[in-house]
Amino acid sequence: MNQVGFLELMGFGPQGWGPSMLFGALMTLAVAGSGFLLGAAIGTLGAWAKIAGGRVARSLADLYTTVLRGIPDLLVIYLFYFGGGMVLSSIAHLFGEGGFISLPGFAAGALAIGVVSGAHHTEVFRGAFRAVSRGEIEAARAVGMSRMLCFRRIIAPLVLRYALPGLGNVWQLVLKESALVSVTGVVELVREAQIGAGSTRQPFDFFISAAALYLCITTLSGWMMRRAERHFSRGMARA
Amino acid sequence: MIDLAFMSEAWGKLLAGVPLTLQLALLATALGGALAVALAAMRVSGIAALDAAARFYVFAFRGSPLLVQIFLIYYGLGQFRAVRLSFLWPFLREPYWCAVLALTLNTAAYASEIIRGGLLSVPRGEIEAARACGMSRSLAFRRIILPLALRQALPAYGNELILMVKATSLASIITLMEITGIAAKLVSDTYRVIEVFVAAGALYLAINFALTRIVMAVEYWLTPHLRPVPVIALDTGDAG
Repeated sequence: MNQVGFLELMGFGPQGWGPSMLFGALMTLAVAGSGFLLGAAIGTLGAWAKIAGGRVARSLADLYTTVLRGIPDLLVIYLFYFGGGMVLSSIAHLFGEGGFISLPGFAAGALAIGVVSGAHHTEVFRGAFRAVSRGEIEAARAVGMSRMLCFRRIIAPLVLRYALPGLGNVWQLVLKESALVSVTGVVELVREAQIGAGSTRQPFDFFISAAALYLCITTLSGWMMRRAERHFSRGMARA
Repeated sequence: MIDLAFMSEAWGKLLAGVPLTLQLALLATALGGALAVALAAMRVSGIAALDAAARFYVFAFRGSPLLVQIFLIYYGLGQFRAVRLSFLWPFLREPYWCAVLALTLNTAAYASEIIRGGLLSVPRGEIEAARACGMSRSLAFRRIILPLALRQALPAYGNELILMVKATSLASIITLMEITGIAAKLVSDTYRVIEVFVAAGALYLAINFALTRIVMAVEYWLTPHLRPVPVIALDTGDAG
């Protein structure tokens, strides 16, 4: 086995895996991004149920956050990947289609990440809502805003501002969680590194590059989050 | 649709994975905790080189996914001849020790930040009092600062313990048969996805619930000064 040098292996030459690894990183961003957005939507509903819901909605939301934060993410990904295929197949069966239809790995992964991160989003939004002072909401209602308008113009922007640091943390979690989606066969960063490691017998080079790419992504997004925080809290007195 | 008899059977099989899950989590937390104390001490030591080294360690291990760290150790290290010939190879060849090592290094990074927070929360007055009594810096660290810091860090450490229990599920990817490994095998044998994963999830929830209770009990035990003062019935005593 002739060993290729690290730079040549990860470069963009004929033997280089650079383009594939970068594409894997883009796939990681795509899986993590769609999971994060789905989680934000679920989290909004969850926080709403916890803040303003009746007893049933509130206990359902409590159950959701407790369960999803207490079981491993990998289990949830397996559940969606295998379970999703099962459900799809039985639906297809109703329409007379035989055989097994599997849920695409990307969809299963993004769904699972969305459902898991939704639990974190719920807590972040709930905490942020509590930071919004009651006076602001009362003032909005007093000037005659409808509940919807008050939510759109006053509550949502303020909650987003307070939630920004928490959302940054959730995003970092989601990025690292997206590595687990490799078990469904989606060719993201980890899967790509596995493929490369298998075909060149140089696993260390591939996994250390994957780790470095993850570090780049997390550092860059951390930096962007800090900038966003500064931007959106311009109007606030600094402690 | 959900077969209860099958579920209880699956439950029995999954229980066999509990010892390995707990073993991985506790071993990694214990070893990682020791490493974390060292890292946190490096961060607050005031020596620039030590501080920078610990900072880089925490950055690297918190910024990359645990799965990549596991693969790097399990598959990656074997690439080097020197590692394969060293006395460590009998350990690094085993998925069990690779999982323990990866979990340990990973949790140390997170826990060191928790402990550092605890160290910074120790009131100056306590440290000054210890120094004024004539304690050396290391004695004051060992007897005063570290115990106070650990007590302060305990609730956050409890969270880390639960994250560790959840993280042990990744060991199944490198062939270890802990709860998730057994669940995945059961699913591929029986194709009963929902029952198996619900049972496995319930098992993890039960473990994590028990752990939170234990951490709460330890916290109660360590903070007698925060408990409400018991009302002692005064002995009015009949003098006669």
